[in-house]
Amino acid sequence: MKTPDVTAALADKKLQLAIHTATGRMAERRREIVAQGVMPDYQDIRQHAHNLKKHTLENLDYYLEQLERNVEARGGKVIWAKDAAEACAFVQKLARDKGVKVIVKSKSMTTEEIGLNEHLENDGVETVETDLGEYILQLAGEKPFHIIAPALHKTKEDVSDIFERHLHSQPESTPEGLTMIARKALREKFLEAGLGITGANFLIADSGAVVVVENEGNARLSCSAPKIHVAIGGIEKLIPRAQDLGVFLRLLARSATGQALSVYTSFLAGAKRPGEPDGPEEFYLVLVDNGRTKLLADESKRQSLYCIRCGACLNHCPVYRKIGGYNYPWVYSGPIGKILTPQFKGLHDDPWVPFASSLCGACGEVCPVKIEIPRILLELRADVKKDEGASVERFGFQVWAWLMRHPKLFGRLGSMGTSTMNMLPAVGPLKNWLSQRDLPESPKQSFRDWWKKR
Amino acid sequence: MTSRDEILTAIRAAVKRQPGAPIPEPPPVLLREGAHETLLEQFVAAFEALAGHAVVVTTAAEANAAVKTIVNGRTFAASSKMGGGEFSRDACATVDVGITSADYALADTGSLVLLTESAESRLLSLLPPCHIAVIGRSKIVPSLDDVFRTRALPGETSSAVTIVTGPSRTGDIEMRLVRGVHGPGEVHVVIIDEM
Amino acid sequence: MRVSLFVTCIVDQLFPNVGIAMAKVLERAGCELEFREGQTCCGQPAFNTGYRDEARTVAEHFLDVFEGAEHIVVPSGSCASMIAHHFAELLPADKRAHAVETQVWEFSQFLTDVLKIDDFGAALDATATYHDGCHSLREMKIKAGPRKLLEKVRGLKLIELDPPEECCGFGGTFSVKFPEISGSMVRSKVDAIERTGASTVISTDPSCLMQIQGALTRAGSKVRTMHLAEVLASR
Repeated sequence: MKTPDVTAALADKKLQLAIHTATGRMAERRREIVAQGVMPDYQDIRQHAHNLKKHTLENLDYYLEQLERNVEARGGKVIWAKDAAEACAFVQKLARDKGVKVIVKSKSMTTEEIGLNEHLENDGVETVETDLGEYILQLAGEKPFHIIAPALHKTKEDVSDIFERHLHSQPESTPEGLTMIARKALREKFLEAGLGITGANFLIADSGAVVVVENEGNARLSCSAPKIHVAIGGIEKLIPRAQDLGVFLRLLARSATGQALSVYTSFLAGAKRPGEPDGPEEFYLVLVDNGRTKLLADESKRQSLYCIRCGACLNHCPVYRKIGGYNYPWVYSGPIGKILTPQFKGLHDDPWVPFASSLCGACGEVCPVKIEIPRILLELRADVKKDEGASVERFGFQVWAWLMRHPKLFGRLGSMGTSTMNMLPAVGPLKNWLSQRDLPESPKQSFRDWWKKR
Repeated sequence: MTSRDEILTAIRAAVKRQPGAPIPEPPPVLLREGAHETLLEQFVAAFEALAGHAVVVTTAAEANAAVKTIVNGRTFAASSKMGGGEFSRDACATVDVGITSADYALADTGSLVLLTESAESRLLSLLPPCHIAVIGRSKIVPSLDDVFRTRALPGETSSAVTIVTGPSRTGDIEMRLVRGVHGPGEVHVVIIDEM
Repeated sequence: MRVSLFVTCIVDQLFPNVGIAMAKVLERAGCELEFREGQTCCGQPAFNTGYRDEARTVAEHFLDVFEGAEHIVVPSGSCASMIAHHFAELLPADKRAHAVETQVWEFSQFLTDVLKIDDFGAALDATATYHDGCHSLREMKIKAGPRKLLEKVRGLKLIELDPPEECCGFGGTFSVKFPEISGSMVRSKVDAIERTGASTVISTDPSCLMQIQGALTRAGSKVRTMHLAEVLASR
């Protein structure tokens, strides 16, 4: 089974320190703010959020129709995009029709997923990422490393270098100074842009509203300064009522960064109303399927769609914390990426994905909506193996299972000590074990032999 | 078939529902009851823990004076509700200080809630590097749940409800906290006791 | 109290002393022991690798062997969890697969929750640290129990790991499918162990101990691993 080449990432001491520190800090802050003494109802709220998501997805058609009615009632337009191409095509056409030359956008994993920026750039529309981490990466031509902290692998020297090369700025040695360079450059773009794109942390059915959560203010600017606001959200982002939002807000920032609330939570119900001095004049909501209905159909794994993109699972995953976001095959990394990727992309391209886990369960423990990630990983593993058919490994396990049903033989073979190791399928696993650690010593007798003699 | 039809059909097949079928009872709405004592103290403490600056005055006239002190000679623009002139986008983009009202203050998180239905500019509290919000003490509520308890559908009257919790910030560069990335890095609240 | 021992395949063949120690501790506590010779494995290796059919046959064999046993005690949190939490999934129509959840006990839990004894007259003069195996910790909810038992071991000083609750990187076939990541994880564990200054690492999971000991030996460390049962059997 092909596995990713993680050697470089593991050997990069700078990278290891950056990942370890950043994820460690986010995990520590989360721990503090959901502690029993600080948020005594944390477990109850988690379960409630899980229940709300379950109910919403089980009745998703109803809630999507309600959302659409409410968006349209206030003059907004809903675009149903069955795949990435359709979603991108809509935005491209809108930009063309409205003569938009500059677009500002806030951080949205969904827009990463559909490859929106590349499509717009091809049309000659300048599409500017305005979240600081995303902006840095856009200038550098790289992808996000982490759902919440996209540039956590970049040092301040890296950032100064990137700004010098692409913005022709002076070398700057402090994060404060670098941030101000970005602020100034992006301020111009916010005020110039003809269209602003945001993602959607939540979609609220009874209000026809999009909720965008952020710390910097770039999302607020993206949806308030330009004349046109386009919100792009996966169909799974729905929650039933505005009155349900509080439950999710109480979980999201705490789980992501250990804040009680992110700095800005914007509840956006369409274009500006008469009497409001500013705000967008046109509002479009693009609902993205792109495979979500496929996941929805698998009742046992449907929970994968509950994700509110907090990043807590990444911060607690011992595997992610070693290999970082670039060693996963798709835009979603970490444990959530491990369960989404095979379901969206199929089992064939990167069958290793659900196996890249020690099943420690830390992810499931911290997921704010109680997605049973370890259980789903196990099911995906079974799916991969069922799909694979005959193999040396399967044969090995069939022999193993046969042996396990023949205790006398099992006992006799085992009494040969470490030569039992040679019963493992192929030399490969044994070689792999020895590449990292020693084998246990060979015991003088097995337990069952001792028991017989006592 | 339109994409809309395709998606809805796929969803119905996935969750085994008929078009137009009623839905089962959703899980109940969960809105906490907060304590109403010491709201002012709680809010001030939470606001200041976020590096905000809070001032409590008794009358609207005192509030004006407090605002003037904070402005301290810098360029400023106030919303029409706060006695400023007509809205000017250019002013928002150029002044040092933006002065607006706020509709609610949340005691548990030190947040301000801004509703566009109050005819307040979105950009005035966002573009200038310093934001001063003026609010009556009676508008301080225990938590966001209280806002949604009284305003179940805020989208009916506002195009945007913005919950502001502290100054704009980022940790995107080496996890080092920097304030005032795009939104204001300096935030003040003037609380009028008799209002 | 009659106890049926399920020592696990790994203890039977590679770490018999763990099983011997467990038997000693249980007998000292007044239990009447039986060892059903038909026992082999719980099926976890196949189950975790995605081979459910193969795991199912092994699970069925287990249920045949342990039919009628009231208390099945297991010196491994991960094996106990496999039996208690996944047999029903593999054999939904088999009543025994559901009943076994309340019949199977991880060793330390059996001592604290069923026997309700925490002092076995054990003595071990050592500075030790404790590794929480992930299945024990998160699936069996074992955390305070072993520490309570270790508190009563005369001469034993326990220092907690920092960071706590970190996976050792074994994860069954994960350890050989992703050896570099597994190796990196266990080396971090070894670093944490060395930072405590402990001479001994204790755990309830033999597979974790095998992973950690393998890395300690490779690193030339003098630190040794001991299963909780071996510590409690020490006099």
